[in-house]
Amino acid sequence: MGRWDMLRDLLKNKNTVLGMVIVGCILFLAVFGPVLAPYDPFLPAPLDRLQLPSREHWLGTDSLGRDILTRIIYGSRISVMIGLVAVTISLVPGTVLGLLAGYFGKTLDAVIMRVMDVLLAFPAILMAVFIAAILGPSLVNTMIAVGIVYIPHYARIVRSSVLLLKEQLFVQSVSHMGGSHGRIIFSHILPNALAPIIVYATLGMGTAVLQAAALGFLGLGAQPPQPEWGAMLSEGRQYLQLAPHVAAFPGLAILLLVLGFNVFGDGLRDVLDPTLRT
Amino acid sequence: MNSSVISRRIVQLILIMIGVSVVVFLMLRMIPGDPAQLLLGELASPEELAALRHDLGLDRSLLVQYTIFVKNMLAGDFGISMRTGTPVINEIIPRLAATVELSVAGMVIATVFGILAGILSAVYKNTVVDYTAMLSALVGVSMPVFWLGLMLIYVFAVHFQVMPMMGRMEMGTEMHAITGLVLVDALIHMDFAVFKDGLRHLVLPAVTLSTIPMAIIARITRSAMLEVMNQDYIRTARAKGMEESVVILRHALGNAFLPIITVLGINMGLLLGGAVLTETIFSWPGLGRYVVDSLMGRDYNAVQACILIFAVLMALINLGVDVMYAFLDPRIRVDGD
Repeated sequence: MGRWDMLRDLLKNKNTVLGMVIVGCILFLAVFGPVLAPYDPFLPAPLDRLQLPSREHWLGTDSLGRDILTRIIYGSRISVMIGLVAVTISLVPGTVLGLLAGYFGKTLDAVIMRVMDVLLAFPAILMAVFIAAILGPSLVNTMIAVGIVYIPHYARIVRSSVLLLKEQLFVQSVSHMGGSHGRIIFSHILPNALAPIIVYATLGMGTAVLQAAALGFLGLGAQPPQPEWGAMLSEGRQYLQLAPHVAAFPGLAILLLVLGFNVFGDGLRDVLDPTLRT
Repeated sequence: MNSSVISRRIVQLILIMIGVSVVVFLMLRMIPGDPAQLLLGELASPEELAALRHDLGLDRSLLVQYTIFVKNMLAGDFGISMRTGTPVINEIIPRLAATVELSVAGMVIATVFGILAGILSAVYKNTVVDYTAMLSALVGVSMPVFWLGLMLIYVFAVHFQVMPMMGRMEMGTEMHAITGLVLVDALIHMDFAVFKDGLRHLVLPAVTLSTIPMAIIARITRSAMLEVMNQDYIRTARAKGMEESVVILRHALGNAFLPIITVLGINMGLLLGGAVLTETIFSWPGLGRYVVDSLMGRDYNAVQACILIFAVLMALINLGVDVMYAFLDPRIRVDGD
């Protein structure tokens, strides 16, 4: 499939377009946040505490009187960054491990995949909580924790693609012509294994945002006064009876961003790799 | 599935458990902070700290600590909780029952409604029913569980006040625990007031926990059903004049069950993970909340035990799925790969 054909297919697919619109809007907010946000995200305004949505504060104010819309806009930067960094942390080592295990096979494969099996034996959120507790609560550590948890997923996906690809004639012929392992892996196998990796990485962005928000909610993620959506939701929990909007809006923001990545990922899967379709 | 395959699976399971125990043991030792200091406070003298470290075995080499840990664990002794001073196993058993009750309830809701939504979606493909069900499923997998829980609490417990806000039973309710499962124990005691109370407390957390698995089950059921419904034997069944409900439920769903079973197994793991968050929100006295509290309190023994139990449960579920697979489809001869 040519590059233009693929682009045309992507634009014809309703899911990719809807996903692109949602994620695009949030990316726009993330980039132009400081220009768009109506208030300071950190400055407390004690006289405006826990106000309901109004013309001045479209989404109301939190327990310190800060504008929730402003904090959500600034929080979009954190969430998008978490998604990108955490997925990179899982993707790079996961892909390398999957390539090595699938290509060289035998003992190396057995060792790598058994270690991956051990990591997969833990429920993901539990493992993330565990790693975050070891590293200490912070935004950077959240991204590391969420990233590490998903390394085995990428390793498995890449390995299974490599196992199929290395038996293909075009790979075999390069091998018989004396092509080096590095050349075979990086010039012939990896480019052909990219489709499932891209699809999984897009869906993984949503998962990473959700997991990071969960860590923030449990107090193991970004620390106050950072406007991280999970942490904002956790703070709003204390005022659920008085002012439910403080918890409701950050949660809706998480839902929207994750939905955007998931819809986009579904569309990408349909176009790039229909065999993965469920 | 013959016995050699089952034994190979069990050997694999044991190897994974050894790996899990090493990972948990080493990672816990990497957590910054001295548990002895945490227990005795900042004012403890160096002698007191040394004595407690000795009692807890923290002054021995890692290898010795690990060997003792494995030996004790195999004997069912998970050590003493560093926070409460009671044996960890005594704290875990009632909490495990609470988590099992919540997870099973969540799984039942997810399975029943997920499969129903998937079937309706497949039968009414490309109609409003299909679009609504699949959009709901997409929203379901994208929803932060802890947010949904809070919103349900606000709507049903705070605003309409028709559901309890937290816990497993009303404060002050006494019942002699037999299985540790409130609903089962209430039925054994024929105490229907407690049964009703337990059920009311279970609904919101179970619904919260079921959302993501329900959405995944609905999507996989739809695609499995669509694949099966194109087969010749479905056309034959219809041509014979069989009732549509029989065709769908017996012929189509019966054959679409394999991928659904796999997803059910995978989702049980998701459910166990989801319990960590759901239990925190609803103050559900289960293992998920306990493990988070123990991690925050650097209670090594409790965390070790909980995580191992979670991992064993997940491994057993996977083994169960493999066995069930072979049971449902005799053509499958799992070769262990």
